Amino acid sequence: MKKLMLLGDEAIAQGALDAGLSGAYGYPGTPSTEIVEYIQRNREAIERNVHRTWSANEKTAMEEALGMSYAGKRVIATMKHVGLNVAADPYMNSALTGANGGVIVAVADDPSMHSSQNEQDSRYYAKFALMPALEPSNQQEAYEMPFMAYEISEKYHLPVMIRLTTRLAHSRAGIKRREVLNENDLQKPENPNQFMLLPAYARKKYKHLLAIQKELVKESENSPFNKYMKGEDKSLGIIACGLGFNYLMENFEAGKCPYPILKIGQYPLPGKQIEKIINECKNILVVEEGMPLVEEMLNGFLGNKKVKGRLNGTIPRDGELNPQIIRRALNLPELPSLAIPEIVTGRPPALCVGCPHIDTYKALNEVLKPYGKGHVFSDIGCYTLGFLPPYKAIDTCVDMGASVSMAVGAADAGLFPAVAAIGDSTFGHSGITPLLDAVISKSNIVVIIMDNDIIAMTGMQDSQVTGRIEDICMGVGVEKEHIRIINPLSRHHEENVKVIKEELNYNGVSVIIPRRPCIHVYAKRKKKS
Amino acid sequence: MKKDIILAGVGGQGILSIAAIIGYAAMENGLNLKQAEVHGMSQRGGDVQSHLRISDKEIYSDLIPQGGADLIISVEPMEALRYMPYLSQNGWFITNTTPFVNIPNYPDTEELMNEVKAIPNHVAINADQIAKDIGANRSMNIVMLGAASLFLDIPYEKLEEGIKFVFGRKGEEVLDANLKAMKAGKDFAEENKI
Repeated sequence: MKKLMLLGDEAIAQGALDAGLSGAYGYPGTPSTEIVEYIQRNREAIERNVHRTWSANEKTAMEEALGMSYAGKRVIATMKHVGLNVAADPYMNSALTGANGGVIVAVADDPSMHSSQNEQDSRYYAKFALMPALEPSNQQEAYEMPFMAYEISEKYHLPVMIRLTTRLAHSRAGIKRREVLNENDLQKPENPNQFMLLPAYARKKYKHLLAIQKELVKESENSPFNKYMKGEDKSLGIIACGLGFNYLMENFEAGKCPYPILKIGQYPLPGKQIEKIINECKNILVVEEGMPLVEEMLNGFLGNKKVKGRLNGTIPRDGELNPQIIRRALNLPELPSLAIPEIVTGRPPALCVGCPHIDTYKALNEVLKPYGKGHVFSDIGCYTLGFLPPYKAIDTCVDMGASVSMAVGAADAGLFPAVAAIGDSTFGHSGITPLLDAVISKSNIVVIIMDNDIIAMTGMQDSQVTGRIEDICMGVGVEKEHIRIINPLSRHHEENVKVIKEELNYNGVSVIIPRRPCIHVYAKRKKKS
Repeated sequence: MKKDIILAGVGGQGILSIAAIIGYAAMENGLNLKQAEVHGMSQRGGDVQSHLRISDKEIYSDLIPQGGADLIISVEPMEALRYMPYLSQNGWFITNTTPFVNIPNYPDTEELMNEVKAIPNHVAINADQIAKDIGANRSMNIVMLGAASLFLDIPYEKLEEGIKFVFGRKGEEVLDANLKAMKAGKDFAEENKI
């Protein structure tokens, strides 16, 4: 069969589809977005009517996935690392309820923060929840792992995490497909208490979860994704997790590494093989993409001088790995390479020419000028770029929805004006509940919901709230006369300034909706018509 | 056979189409391939790059090691220079000479070109102009692919098939413009190769 050229994200999607997937639930977030996107445009998924519309946020996605599992079907929930924070409540508890139909929680981490607010290693979440995790080192493994994940998930009635990182998520290679499995039939849980977490039941379930950990370790010890590779030179043993394995092998001609290697692709850690490499080798180098999870475990509190990695500085403590970093860690001579000529300057991302946010920010800046800087709480999306010159229009970016809630808190403290600047889909994701808080506490805030009709930053996904924003605001209790729509175009500038001023002077909750499609959506629609 | 290629440019300039065409041609030639792309925030007018690795042996890393690239193919001159640390000692540096100016502190273009000319193995080509001259305004990136085709060790016909694969659905006009653009880029490089 011909190979498919797939991104790591797409390989997971294709693997899940071929392993009998019935539904994908997720919220777009770089670098995880392409998992659901692939399923959305995959012909077989469409023919099978696999569920594939975006969810409002990662928490609803995780819960919807659990519901599909309750009904006996195989399901995948997808998100980026910070999305797992949003989904943490159902995620943690899903380790206790467990799964009926197989559940994969696919999480893409973003070390070096290419498109993120922080660096997180989701393997800690897997350990935290006592849940098995798989970590592919290449696209073929990313394709194979969903098969294994569903097997384990249904054998132990437990969700399984698949963790990947930016570089694999967004790198393509050829994939060999396996035989396609049928979807599960609709089948309610055999045990009617399975998804009931009243304390008396939850305690039993927690004991059960603890009890099966030994078996999960055994699964890891026998897993094809954990490989012990012999090496002659036992002065060093290398534990290489996920993508770290590639950067290691890159530094040896034809993949001939003189040292023993333990390649890790399945957690909890395979106890037997870990013990073997530690006993066999004089020193241990731990190569892991993300945080030093394995290294910390080997070190313990008292430390272990044998163990080298991110904690002792052999490998930098933060950021993404690459072949050079591992080369240095192995004390191999550097490849000769030139410096970047001094003339080269940075080219940071910027709002596109014709972007509606630009006109919104221009109007907002004019209104706020008399009050000085420090009044605009913003959020996560293209519009976060409004912090940069020449706009310098916003002051904060913390997490999805925090613009509204932080404006509420600041207004409660007496800050005036307190403005929230949030995008339409971010509002749908996590902005509605703090708006309810604002209405209840009658906070003196102006919430600007920049409606560009799309989830732009992650590459044009449908927004859940398109066509519903005014109704949602009214439903939450914002007064109709204080929900104002403006058209962010330079020819409406004066008018827009006037509207913002009026609402700033209203002592209560105002919502202003600058509405104009993202310039890319506009261009696409124009082309179509 | 091994080719490690850095593709460079600014978000939206079409480096992923170049990667897709080379990728298709390499796969059809029975070679292994890995291609790391940039998605997300940088695509909004920021610098973007793709690491494209082709080999008849197993490829491990998705990223090319510094000092390991056989080719830098860039659709923008300053972006080409940004990836100098990746160029191997015998590597070729192939760049478009038309600057993409979307920042206030873009360097002096003459000084920039002096840096380019100082590189021993370089091909500098005004791909925007060539694309315009042949009436294929939107195919600057494919002109660059044509210039690079001399260095790829992939049969030219396979690249043509790749163009058909990528642009075939967009109609005959688009397809022809791109085939012409690749040829024009190849011709230029043949005449001007050092």
